[in-house]
Parts: sequence; structure tokens; C-alpha cells
Amino acid sequence: MFLHVKNIYKKFAHAEVLKGISFSMEQGQALTIIGSSGSGKTTLLRCLNFLETPDSGQIDLKGKCIYDAERDRNCSDVQLRNKRLHFGMVFQQFNLFPQYTALRNLTLAPELLQLERAPRNEQSAIKKKIDEAGRDLLIRVGLADKMDAYPYQLSGGQQQRVAIARALALNPDILCFDEPTSALDPELTGEVLKVIKDLKNEHTTMIIVTHEMGFAEKVSDHVVFMAHGIIEEEGPPEKVFHNPESPLIRSFLQKEDFY
Amino acid sequence: MKHMFKEITLQLLQGFGENLTLFGLTLIMSMPLGLLICFGSMSRFQPLRWLARTYVWIIRGSPLLLQLFIVFYVPGLVFGAPMKNRMMAALVAFVINYSAYFSEIYRGGIESISVGQYEAGHVLSMKRSQVFMRIVLPQVIKRIMPPISNEIITLSKDTSLARVIAVAEVIMVAERFTAKGLVWPLFYTGVFFLLFSGFLTLLFGFIEKKLNYYRG
Repeated sequence: MFLHVKNIYKKFAHAEVLKGISFSMEQGQALTIIGSSGSGKTTLLRCLNFLETPDSGQIDLKGKCIYDAERDRNCSDVQLRNKRLHFGMVFQQFNLFPQYTALRNLTLAPELLQLERAPRNEQSAIKKKIDEAGRDLLIRVGLADKMDAYPYQLSGGQQQRVAIARALALNPDILCFDEPTSALDPELTGEVLKVIKDLKNEHTTMIIVTHEMGFAEKVSDHVVFMAHGIIEEEGPPEKVFHNPESPLIRSFLQKEDFY
Repeated sequence: MKHMFKEITLQLLQGFGENLTLFGLTLIMSMPLGLLICFGSMSRFQPLRWLARTYVWIIRGSPLLLQLFIVFYVPGLVFGAPMKNRMMAALVAFVINYSAYFSEIYRGGIESISVGQYEAGHVLSMKRSQVFMRIVLPQVIKRIMPPISNEIITLSKDTSLARVIAVAEVIMVAERFTAKGLVWPLFYTGVFFLLFSGFLTLLFGFIEKKLNYYRG
């Protein structure tokens, strides 16, 4: 098992948002999480990226326990940074750094990370390597001609593609998407979904929170339907979308105009 | 007449030198101090936050003129160690006063940066200090330039308040002439302030233009 999430609980001041979430996935799979707003999808994703720390539960990756609430709930900034390296995150609102060019958005974090440990005489070689890797990534997401553009000069779809490339630049084990097309005009969602499909074909391991049901059905190996902080139903897309056991998912899919 | 004009201009210029000294030193010291107070007022440690916000309340809530008197007289009255250097007293009062204002401008700037910017930095495994220095601070600087320039231009004129503790700044020099029946030098001092604030306006316009290479 590549990723094994066990019994995650997360409570905020007045609400229990995650009430015992467990699931697992294999390397190279795409897992989508669907469900109404408030069901806990985003919180789950944020727990995996350690933007929130789960109150209880464990996360195993590649057979190693990378998070155990008993042990890590109050862990240090340094420990969190190491854990975060396993996961990449693409936000709904892109969150690009406006003061840096597209390319610099990609290279900043890898550079800070690698230069921390590198001896002085190797620094320029490392910078050059990171720069080239960044250019390659931007070419992969179809932005060869936008390397030096600032975020404000890019369309929403282009910004989100830069954000995807930025997350890939740190070579995460798993790439997470939090409603990557929800902030986009309908005519721009296609270009972002295409990039995600390409990643799927290259066997990037992905967890995608989305409201694009048609896309979820096509791209995912495994679908998780969340409701009120628990996993109400999960399975391959054919089952979850066309032959679900839970009545909740039918009414949800109707609301999402899936049928 | 021509000779007198030149003589008076030179004397006023000497007084304005005091204004500029006070202006420059106040900026150099109050801008970093303001950042410390700003961190204090945003601290998660409640007593520190309380202390910083009380400081800001007291300083912003009372006249700079009064603060000048207090800094100048209190050491002598209470501790028996009078302030000998008037310029030093003025500087202390100005630094205390302006750091409080700057801290609030900084706080406004820092709080205007969206949480998403911090989170984007964190998921990219950046250190807290890197997130602040590389991501947040550059954006804050751009956003606070207009209120900061406003504050700095206000400071350039506030320096004349140092007159009340007899720092020989430009208006005080001009008043010596007024006492002798010559009024125009007093009005003439306005030209010095206008020229200097004109220069500052151009300077800040230039900086803002430089920072305009991106939006957001």
C-alpha cells in the first residue's frame, strides 16, 4: 500500500469536521474525493499537507508511518517541513507569489531547500539545474512562452497550470488538488483538467478534491464520497457514480447535475 | 537688501539642517523599532500583545508636543538627571512617537496579505522566516508605500515642533528675526518645507513606480 490513512479525526473550536477517515491508495493512482461543501473534503486534504494537524489517527506512506497524532500532534516546524515534502498542493485560488515570475514561482522553494545544504562552490551549478528543471516543467504544462510573465499577466487557467508545475517542482510523492477549477471561468477549466489528465497518464499519484463529476468519473481509479465528516461510500468510479449503495450520493449527484 | 536676504537664507538653512538631522535620525531608528512593536502587537503571547497595543494607544492618543515636554523635563524632575542635549530629547520623543505610527502601518500591511500566501509557502516546505522574508515582506513593502510616504512627509514638517524644547530648528531661527521686527523670514521658512516635501514626493513616486512591475 502506497498511502494508508488511518482513522483521522479533526475538530475545530465548535465543529467536528473529520470523524474517523480511513482510506488507502496505490502508487500511480488518481483518487478523487467528492461530496457537498462542508463534508470535510478540503480539511482532509489540508491534513495530508499538514496545514492542519489531525487530532488523532495515522498516515503511512510507502510502508513508513510519517504521521502519528500521538507522537506528532505538536511537532516542530522543522519536522512539519520534512513531512510536507511528501505532498504537493494545488489550491483553489492558485496562491501564486505575485512578485515573482512564473519561473521564479517554481524555482524559489527548491532553491531555498537545496542551497541550505549545499557547499558554496556548488551553489551556482545547483541553481542552474533547478532553473532548467523549472523550464522543463513549464513546457510540460504548456507555458513555454510564459516563463517570465508575472502572475497578473496570466489568465486563471495559466496561473493554475503554473501552480501545478510549482507543486511538481519539489517532486512530491503525492500531488493534491483542492478544487483546482472552481475559481476558473468555464472556458478555462478544460486546459487545467487536460494537464491533470496528462499527469494521470504519466502515472503521477494524485488526490483530487473536485466538483467536476464528469472529470472525476473519467480520470479516477478510486472515488471517495464524503458526507458529514465520514466516508459514506468509496470504490471504483463505475460503482460510486452508477451503482452506489448510499442514498446520499444519489441526491448529491442529482444536485451536481450528474444525471 | 540682497546681502541681508542671503544672510538670512544661510541662517535659516542652518536651522533647517537641524530639522533634517532630526528627520533622518528619527526615520533610521523608528522604522525598525516600529517593526518590532508591530510583531509585539501581533504576537500570540498575550501579555506582549497587550503591552505593544497599550504603547501604541498611549503614544497615538497623546499630542507629540506633550511627549516632547515629558521626555525633556521628566528625567530632570523625577530622576534628578536633566536632559542636557535638547536634540537628543527631541529625537527620543520623535522615535517613540513615530515608531508607534509605523507599527500600525506595518500591521495593516502584514494583515492584508492573504493566508493563502503563507500556506503556499508552507506546503512548499519553506521555513517560517523564509515565508516572511521572501513572500510576505516584499508584498507588504509595496502595499504600505503610500501610507509610509504620507507618514514620512508628515514627519518632515513635525520636526518643527522641536522648537518647544528650544531645538534651534528653522522656525525658531526665523522667530529670532520676528522678535527684531522682521516678519518675512518666518513665512519664508515655508519654502524650505515645501521644497523638501516636493523632493520626498518625487522620491516616493519613483519608488512606487519601481515597485509597480507586478500587481497584487
